[in-house]
Amino acid sequence: MIRKLACGVGALGASMFAATAAWAQEATEAVAGATAAATEAAVAAVPAPVAEAAAAVPNPGNNAWMMTSTVLVLLMILPGLALFYGGLTRSKNMLSTMTQIGATAALAMVIWVVWGYSTAFGPTPMEGFLGKFLSSGSLFLSSVSPDTTAATFSDEVISEYVFVSFQMTFAAITAALVLGATAERMKFGATLLFTAIWLTIVYFPIAHMVWAGGGLLFDMGALDFAGGTVVHINAGVSGLVLAYLLGKRKGYPTEPMPPHSMTLTMVGTGLLWVGWFGFNAGSELEADGTAGLAMINTFVATAAAALAWMVVEKLAGHKASSLGFCSGVIAGLVAITPAAGNSGPMGALVLGVVASVVCYFAVAKLKPALGYDDSLDAFGIHGIGGIVGAIGTGVVYSPALGGPGGDDFVMSSQVVTQIIAVAVAICWAAIGTLIAGFIVKMVVGLRVSPEVEVEGLDIGEHGERAYN
Amino acid sequence: MKFIIAIIKPFKLDEVREALGAIGVAGMTVSEVKGFGRQKGQTEIYRGAEYSTNMLPKVKIEIAATDAIAAQVVETIQQTASTESIGDGKIFVLDLASATRIRTGEAGDTAL
Repeated sequence: MIRKLACGVGALGASMFAATAAWAQEATEAVAGATAAATEAAVAAVPAPVAEAAAAVPNPGNNAWMMTSTVLVLLMILPGLALFYGGLTRSKNMLSTMTQIGATAALAMVIWVVWGYSTAFGPTPMEGFLGKFLSSGSLFLSSVSPDTTAATFSDEVISEYVFVSFQMTFAAITAALVLGATAERMKFGATLLFTAIWLTIVYFPIAHMVWAGGGLLFDMGALDFAGGTVVHINAGVSGLVLAYLLGKRKGYPTEPMPPHSMTLTMVGTGLLWVGWFGFNAGSELEADGTAGLAMINTFVATAAAALAWMVVEKLAGHKASSLGFCSGVIAGLVAITPAAGNSGPMGALVLGVVASVVCYFAVAKLKPALGYDDSLDAFGIHGIGGIVGAIGTGVVYSPALGGPGGDDFVMSSQVVTQIIAVAVAICWAAIGTLIAGFIVKMVVGLRVSPEVEVEGLDIGEHGERAYN
Repeated sequence: MKFIIAIIKPFKLDEVREALGAIGVAGMTVSEVKGFGRQKGQTEIYRGAEYSTNMLPKVKIEIAATDAIAAQVVETIQQTASTESIGDGKIFVLDLASATRIRTGEAGDTAL
């Protein structure tokens, strides 16, 4: 059991901090001396000490925090994301948008326990080169029991079922995020089939590459604290590709398509922000100081980004808007995700502002210029914000900027590593989505009929209306 | 008898109603309407996408008045509803052929 953790799950914790050889050595010494500062220990997290120790017992405090974090991430999906996206659609597509999110997340949970966990974090990496992309050995969670544990970044462990649940919510929200780009025109059945294929060929391999021991990007030393690459770049790019495959909504961009309820979008934004503390601070896998760092960063980056978006609106000659506030909140949350435990609060503040400004231009200028119909800006905010965050993490990690990097941190080489990780994620997501999209198109068709689209997907696909 | 139709800015309704009450207007019909004139529409912006709505919300007041006070009613509405800016609205006056109170069957000025 312990060895399994060491080679598979155990390394996962460490993966987020992906130590270079030098750091690893330093870290090992630090752990041995039992004097390591929390951040060093986190960087250090190598599986070896865990494997050699007597069977570690999960600390109930850490377990409790991780269970809380897990349900906080669920709160981000339902009702958070459902309301955020739902409010942005036209009222005739409200239920369709929310139902797609709920059903996709539910399907992702089922797939996760059947083959997802095994493929991403199973105890046995695939033979040879394939091991960088996939693992196996836990179909139907066969290797997990109440007694098995998953390593964190120190010599602590948490119960493996908690870890499985926590990671499950990540798969679920990533699948649901994609649907923001395809809202108001994709068949309900097509979203489910797409999700099943896409999780299998895109999400699980990328999660393995970034977070599992032996994964391609993990071994390269890419920093991704809570899933900027795995969740946001992945979902954003996949959404963009799927939006291209689907085509534009009927009437876009000439017909007005204003959000039908900014009130619900604001409610959803608040729920997402609250839930994101589980997502970011929970990604530390322990209730320790680094989790606290992730927490403060999730406040300040988001606050700075929300204000920055409204300032940019004002400077662009418009009014500071509620949708601007909400968009800034999401852009800030997305950008701080990979940097949550990898940045000081001041670095987070700057990162939030930069992400907000870049995302504003992506949705207000780039999208109309290129003419793609990313309905709810899944790419414009999650994709672009994710890229800014992932690359920016290589900058704000620097101890000179208040980040937790060691003295031997070299910004230029880290930034290059980050860029490579981003490029790999973009290519993998784009190609995988193309394949999944074409399969769905051939099997059930991607798009609803023009009649259904005009009448609204609520009536056409679900036989209900959101408001009576 | 005259039939007076006034299209005014919604936020002026209470003021107009009070002023008309003060000069003895006993009743009116009010509806929320949309339309456009020289004021054109307004612009909404969502994440940089601009939508211009060319219909603006207004309030329509309909009043049946005796010949004796009709001119005064028009003058009162004009003075009360004015903000001296574009989009303040218009007042139309029509000749009214007859008026009947449904409850009693009274007709003419006494029905108003």
